[in-house]
Amino acid sequence: MTAEVSETPQKIRPARPSLFRRIRASDLWWSFTHSKTAMVSTLLLALLILTAALAPLIAPQNPYDGAQLDMWKAELPPLWQADGEWPFLLGTDTQGRDMLSAILYGTRISIVIGIASVALSLVIGMSAGLVSGYFGGFIDNLLMRIGDVTLSIPTILVAILVSTVVRQMLPPDLREVGASAVLVLAIALSAWVQYARIVRAQTIVEAGKDYVQAARLIHVPARRIMGKHILPNTLTPILVAATLNFGMAILTEATLSFLGIGMPPSQPSLGTLIRIGNQFLFSGSWWIVLFPVIQLCLLVVAVNMLGDWLRDALNPKLR
Amino acid sequence: MLVFIVRRLINSVFVMLAVAMLAFLIFQMAGDPVEMMANEQTSQADRAAMRERLGLNDSLPTQYVRFVVNAAKGDFGISYRNGQDVLHLIGQRFPATFELVMVATLISLVVGIPLGVLTAIQRGRWYAEGLQFVSIVGVSLPSFVVGILLILVFSVIFGWLPAFGRGDVVKIGWWSTGLLTPSGRQALILPAVSLSLYQITLIMRLVRAEMLEVLRSDYVKFARARGITRARIYFRHALRNCLMPVVTMTAMNVGALIAFAIITETVFQWPGMGMLFIQAVTFIDIPVMAAYLCIISFMFVVLNMLVDIAYAVIDPRLRTA
Repeated sequence: MTAEVSETPQKIRPARPSLFRRIRASDLWWSFTHSKTAMVSTLLLALLILTAALAPLIAPQNPYDGAQLDMWKAELPPLWQADGEWPFLLGTDTQGRDMLSAILYGTRISIVIGIASVALSLVIGMSAGLVSGYFGGFIDNLLMRIGDVTLSIPTILVAILVSTVVRQMLPPDLREVGASAVLVLAIALSAWVQYARIVRAQTIVEAGKDYVQAARLIHVPARRIMGKHILPNTLTPILVAATLNFGMAILTEATLSFLGIGMPPSQPSLGTLIRIGNQFLFSGSWWIVLFPVIQLCLLVVAVNMLGDWLRDALNPKLR
Repeated sequence: MLVFIVRRLINSVFVMLAVAMLAFLIFQMAGDPVEMMANEQTSQADRAAMRERLGLNDSLPTQYVRFVVNAAKGDFGISYRNGQDVLHLIGQRFPATFELVMVATLISLVVGIPLGVLTAIQRGRWYAEGLQFVSIVGVSLPSFVVGILLILVFSVIFGWLPAFGRGDVVKIGWWSTGLLTPSGRQALILPAVSLSLYQITLIMRLVRAEMLEVLRSDYVKFARARGITRARIYFRHALRNCLMPVVTMTAMNVGALIAFAIITETVFQWPGMGMLFIQAVTFIDIPVMAAYLCIISFMFVVLNMLVDIAYAVIDPRLRTA
C-alpha cells in the first residue's frame, strides 16, 4: 500500500530539469541579465572578492612579514608620480609597506569579518524569529522586548559597547588575536533584530496555514517544522536584508577599526589602514589614506547596488 | 487617547529600565572599579573603605536600584579618569554636539527636500537618474570617509576651511556657542556637512518615493485638469502630503545623528560628547560610557514616544496599537 502511494507521484511528475536550466529559466536570472547595475556590481564585487582571496598569490609583498619591509622605501608615492618606484604601484606607507599589498590583505580581512558577522546575526536573528513566531506567548514577548531595547540604542553604539566590554573580559594576551572574533560578535549583536522581526512576522503567517497544521497533526517535531517547513518560506526577504546588511557590516567594521577599537595595526583591515593613513593627511602623503578609502567605497557601493537591485527584483509588487 | 499615552509612557519606562540594566551590566563585566581607581600605594584597608563607600558590598539588585535612582537624579558618579562629576563633564560637551547635530539636520532638510522633489518630477532625465545614483553612493560612503575627503579637499588642497576644533566660542550662561564668532561658524561647516550627507540622501530618497506615489493620485490629476501651474501643483499640493513622513524621520533620526556624531567628532577633533565617549572607551572609563549610553537612549526613546503620540493624535486608527 505504502509503496503504491510513493510510486504514483513519480510517474506523473515530469523529469526535474537540471539546476543550471532551472536557474536559466528563473525570473531572477531574466531580471539579472536585463539590469546593467546588477551585472556591473556583480562583476565588480566578484573582482574585489577574487583579488582579496588570492592576495597571498598576487600581492607583490607580504605586508605582515617585517623582513620584507625596507625603511629606505618608506613613503614612496604611486608609480605614476616622479618619485615612484617599481613594484610599488600605489606607493608605500611610512614603514615601507606596499600599499597595494596592504589593501588586498586588508580587503580580505574586511570581507571575512563581514561574511562571518552576517552569518552569525542570521543564525541569532532567524532562530529568535522562528521561536518567537512559532511558540508565541512569554518567550515571544521576552525576545521581542530584548529586540526593542537593542533598537532603542543606535547600532554603532551597540557595536562599540559590545566590542569594548567583550575585549575587556578577554585575558590581555588574547585581545589582539581575538580582535576579529570580538568584532564579529559585536556587529552580529547589533544587527540581528531586523532578521528576527522579518522571520517572526512570516512565521506567524505560515504557522496558521494548512500544511503546518497537517505536519503538527502527524506529530512532526516542532524543530523540524520550523527548520524544514517554515524557514524556507521566509528566505526571500531575508536574502535581501542579508545582502544590504553585508554592506552595513563591512562599514561598521571599518568604522570601529577607524575609531581604534577594531582590528589592531598588526593585522590591518581597510578601516585600520584608513586610521593609520589619516595621520599623514597633512604631511602630503595622500596616497596612504586615499587608496584604502577608494577600495572601501568600491566594495560597499558594489554590495549596496546589488542589494538594491535584489530588493526590486524580488519584490512581487514591482513586477 | 489618555490610555494610549499612558501605555506608551509605561512602555518607554520599561525600555529605559532595560537600558539602565545594560549600563549596569557593563559595570559588572568590565572589571573591578576599585582596581581601576586604586594604584600600587593604596592599602588593603583603603580599598575596603573604597569598596564600602561605593556600595560594592551590597547585593546586585540593591546596587541596580541605587544605580537607577541615582541616574534618574542625574548622578552618574565620577569619572575613573579624572575624578570629575560625569554629568558635569557631559554637560560641558553637550552644546558642541547639539549645535553640530542641529545644523546638520537643517542642512539635510534644506538640501534633501528640493533634491527629492527634483528627482521625482524629472524622473528619467539624465541628471535625475544621476542624482539617484549619487544617493546610493552617498548611503554607501561611511561618514568618516566623507570627513577625510572633505578635509583633504577643503583644508589640505585649498586651505579654505579649518579641519579641526571648534574655533572661538562665546559663553552664554553654562552654554557655549560657536555660532556667534566667524571662526566658530567656519569650523562648523565641514563637520556639519559631513554629518548631514547621509541624512540628505535618506531624505532625498524618501521624498522621491513619496512624491512619485502622490503624483499618481487623483487629486493631482484633477489639479492638473483645472489648469493649475506645475510648480504650484508640485510644491503646494503634492509636497505638502509628503512632508509628514519626512518630519517623522528627521525627528527620529536626531538621536541617531547624535550617536553618529561620535565618528564625525573624532575625524574633526570636535570637542563634543562623542569625543568624550571615545576617550572614555579607550581609557575604559565606565561611568562616562554608562552615562552616555543612558542619555543617548533616553533621547532616542523620548523622541520615538513623541512621534508615536503625535501620530496617534493625527490618526485615530493608530490608537489601538
